Amino acid sequence: MTEELTPPRRRFLALGASLAGAVVACRKAPAPSESGAHMRGYGERSPHEKSVRVVRELTKSLGTGSSRTPLGELHGIITPSALHFERHHSGVPALDPAAHRLLVDGLVERPLTFSLDDLKRFPSASRVCFIECGGNSIGEPGANLPDVQKSHGLLSCSEWTGVPLSIVLKEAGLKPEATWMIAEGADAGRMSRSIPVSKALDDAFLAYAQNGEALRPEQGYPLRLLLPGWEGNTNVKWLHRLQLVDQPAMSAKETANYTDLMPDGKAQQFTFVMEARSVITRPSGGQKLAGPGFHEITGLAWSGYGKIARVEVSTDAGQTWADAELQAPVLSKAAVRFRYPWRWDGKETVIACRCTDETGYLQPTRDEFIAVRGLNSGYHYNGIKPWRVNADGTVTHA
Amino acid sequence: MLSWLLLLCSAGVIAAQSQPYGFGQPATAADTAQKDLTVFPNGKGLPSGKGTADQGATIYKEKCAECHNEKGEGRPGQYPALVGGIGSLTSAKPLKTVGSFWPHATTVWDYIRRAMPFDHPRSLSADEAYAVTAFVLHLNGLVERTQELNEKTLPAVKMPNRDGFVPDRRPDIKSKR
Repeated sequence: MTEELTPPRRRFLALGASLAGAVVACRKAPAPSESGAHMRGYGERSPHEKSVRVVRELTKSLGTGSSRTPLGELHGIITPSALHFERHHSGVPALDPAAHRLLVDGLVERPLTFSLDDLKRFPSASRVCFIECGGNSIGEPGANLPDVQKSHGLLSCSEWTGVPLSIVLKEAGLKPEATWMIAEGADAGRMSRSIPVSKALDDAFLAYAQNGEALRPEQGYPLRLLLPGWEGNTNVKWLHRLQLVDQPAMSAKETANYTDLMPDGKAQQFTFVMEARSVITRPSGGQKLAGPGFHEITGLAWSGYGKIARVEVSTDAGQTWADAELQAPVLSKAAVRFRYPWRWDGKETVIACRCTDETGYLQPTRDEFIAVRGLNSGYHYNGIKPWRVNADGTVTHA
Repeated sequence: MLSWLLLLCSAGVIAAQSQPYGFGQPATAADTAQKDLTVFPNGKGLPSGKGTADQGATIYKEKCAECHNEKGEGRPGQYPALVGGIGSLTSAKPLKTVGSFWPHATTVWDYIRRAMPFDHPRSLSADEAYAVTAFVLHLNGLVERTQELNEKTLPAVKMPNRDGFVPDRRPDIKSKR
């Protein structure tokens, strides 16, 4: 087989060499042409497109901090991988996929290590789901952040592909007393979270691909935990160990951080689910309407409890609400695009959206949120976000 | 005929799923030892070792103070305070520190060993981690300067906010339409 293919391959290489020569010749003497630029192996967007993440590095450790998705400039529900938000606690490690191993040990019958090739041999599954940082909109109830990238940009949505975790755990053989799973990443700080085994067996999976290609390094390359609907931090990136145990570790990121301090001084802990939430992305803070007339109001809604059932829009500061159209398919624990046609009369007004999910959960107003959780909870803020459309067409936080 | 075929096919699928796939390699004790960092509140996972706040003070000054400041007061907006804030959790400006918020001393040890110093994590020996933990707890008035912390005594340190956490009680907001 190989020998049969060899002569044509040689001819192909020779052809390639002569084509390369022709390319060089073209570059030397560019003739007027309308046929455009050279093709390329890995595409780039048009140089006219400038949307970028807003990067905020926090410390002296390189690559540690957050970057926010420019939600106001995107379309549909899928976040381009290059614009997916980031939150790193100890930078982005450079991992060699050939050397990377996932260790599954602790309360299992057969402790195992898996290479990436091993994991890719298991039955695979793909799922579109959002990931939202538990700290998205931290400070929002008190601060009125000016644009949707700053206020909601720690939310992104991708199609993820990998192996259902239940299959891998079955391979290792869970012992009955295994009730928790410590998921640990191979970042410099070996970030770890304790995850109930019930979630691991429900819809968790080990993702090695995002939007059709291998994970980006900043999304956990070569392997991350995917817990649909749960706060971003639990979707441990650069995953290298799953330790099955009978109690949570009470790691720093599930005690000191990602807990919700309530007005009575107690903190809610293991607040995993990201509750239902929606936001108008256009028109939104920092944008400007060209003038009175037709404008489509559009945005995103999502719920860690399941599917979004309904999104309502108000264009009169919350006096009346009308249903927005939901773009199919409406997927569980994924972002949903909603649209609402609007004719702006050119007068100052306030627009807002609110959502309901399939469990009947209603997105709260800012005041309803604060009445229960106060202003110190920090994490998991999901209040309604109003935007003021000013008479000159500029849009600001209301 | 069709249903018979379907039955055969589904039987095949079930057979393929009910047996182990046989992928992966048996994990050795060395595989676990290489990644074994987890420490639990009851002390499980703590290696043997020992250290005092007095010993930790020297290490802290050299490896921690640049970020967390001389007395653990941190550097606002960049590096968190390790000290103070006890009694502040119900105030308008709660200060969440090791002393005021962290419920378990073992978490302090675990985090220092796995993630600190920030730019050289996992460079401290077990004894150094016990010593630095003792110093941070001493700054919070929780252990004496010469009190030895080891795998037995560390889990016994009672943190002020030990009972400050409650399970997730959401959905806790009842919205009206």
